[in-house]
Amino acid sequence: MKPALFDYVRAETLDEALAVLAAEGSDARVIAGGQSLMAMLNMRLARPKVLIDIMRIDDLDRIDEERGRIVVGAGVRQAKLLAWDNLAAKLPLVALALPWTGHEQTRSRGTVCGSVAHADPSAEMPLCLIALDGQVHLRSARRRRLVAAAEYVTGMMSTTRQDDEMIEAVSFPVRDGNGYSFREVARRHGDFAITACAAIASADGIRLAVAGVADKPETRDWPDLAGSALDDALNAFAYELDARDDIHATARYRRDLVRQIGRDVIMEARRCRA
Amino acid sequence: MPRLTATKRHAMRFRLNGHPVEGHAEPRMQLADFLRHELGATGTHVGCEHGICGACTVSVDGMLTRACLTLAVQVDGCDVRTVEGLAPEPGRLSVLQAAFRRHHGLQCGFCTPGILMSLDRYLQTNPNPTENQIRELLSGHLCRCTGYTPIIRAALEAAAVLASPTQQEDHVHV
Repeated sequence: MKPALFDYVRAETLDEALAVLAAEGSDARVIAGGQSLMAMLNMRLARPKVLIDIMRIDDLDRIDEERGRIVVGAGVRQAKLLAWDNLAAKLPLVALALPWTGHEQTRSRGTVCGSVAHADPSAEMPLCLIALDGQVHLRSARRRRLVAAAEYVTGMMSTTRQDDEMIEAVSFPVRDGNGYSFREVARRHGDFAITACAAIASADGIRLAVAGVADKPETRDWPDLAGSALDDALNAFAYELDARDDIHATARYRRDLVRQIGRDVIMEARRCRA
Repeated sequence: MPRLTATKRHAMRFRLNGHPVEGHAEPRMQLADFLRHELGATGTHVGCEHGICGACTVSVDGMLTRACLTLAVQVDGCDVRTVEGLAPEPGRLSVLQAAFRRHHGLQCGFCTPGILMSLDRYLQTNPNPTENQIRELLSGHLCRCTGYTPIIRAALEAAAVLASPTQQEDHVHV
């Protein structure tokens, strides 16, 4: 299908983009790489009156390290972050998960922040941001606001973003010494995950984060469980997740994947822990 | 800050396969439709229109791009490359295209333009790909005829041919 009518604004500065958002509110949508939003426009699931293109705002195309956090600007394409020399050293989990985010042909244009803004329950970048206690940097003409990623995503493709706000950046804390692991099951490599699991093993214990099962990524923190105690914890977590049947897999299959690959990633993350 | 109104057709200019082109597009017009209907460049095919099938894959400023997930107005001033630009001259195929023909890397040909663009771009930056890398790249495309095996054979052979020194200066595209 083809998109419905909209005006197109090519913002040259962040202030210009924010001014249009302030004036148009919910009638406006920001487009960056467009790899999620364009599909929504084509299917007319999104029908904004104004589209604000932010990809010619040079200031947003930045990866910075600030006070122990890696700040990824709204213009940073997934391919650029994947090619960043420090990625594996600073953000090992993101380095593991990014190759699963879409395909070579969509990572070349899609942005990290756009994936977070879209908040698909199966998507890898919201999962990583939530698993790593990342933050979403929201900006409007009125104010700046930092929101914890876990609070930012409220459900399937819904977030706490106000109508006049846009994501200016997302930031990931850098933590040394942790072990990380990521695995996902999808019909085709690069398609949305049927189930994706990320594990973090720290000195405090283990964290498991799961996407593709509930209506948003869910995490659980446990002490260093092993054996049947770990099985019981995984089983309880899988059971508590609000899994749904869809065309790709049943809820039961998804829960089983949480038990199986959840255990695999936890064991692997532990082995990688310093 | 340019604001292009929804119901008007706006003048657009960019380079297509090295040549300047111009046409008119409403803001909502996909790049794929602009190429086909406005410029008559029908080599780029339109399949799913939501970025899954890969038939419309082109290159914009060196980035692989789904032409259905990109607006024509977004590429104003850019360098766009499509399948029409692969052959070095009329009647002569590129190394990659010739390998596709030898290995029967296409049957109906619908998916082929997108796959050729992906492989052309990929082999330029990854001249010695493994079979797994080619398979992963092809995960961004759907082909319902070939089962992919002949496409993988063609891609690996094209990479080998291009890596031989005598071939290199002869071809702009892989």
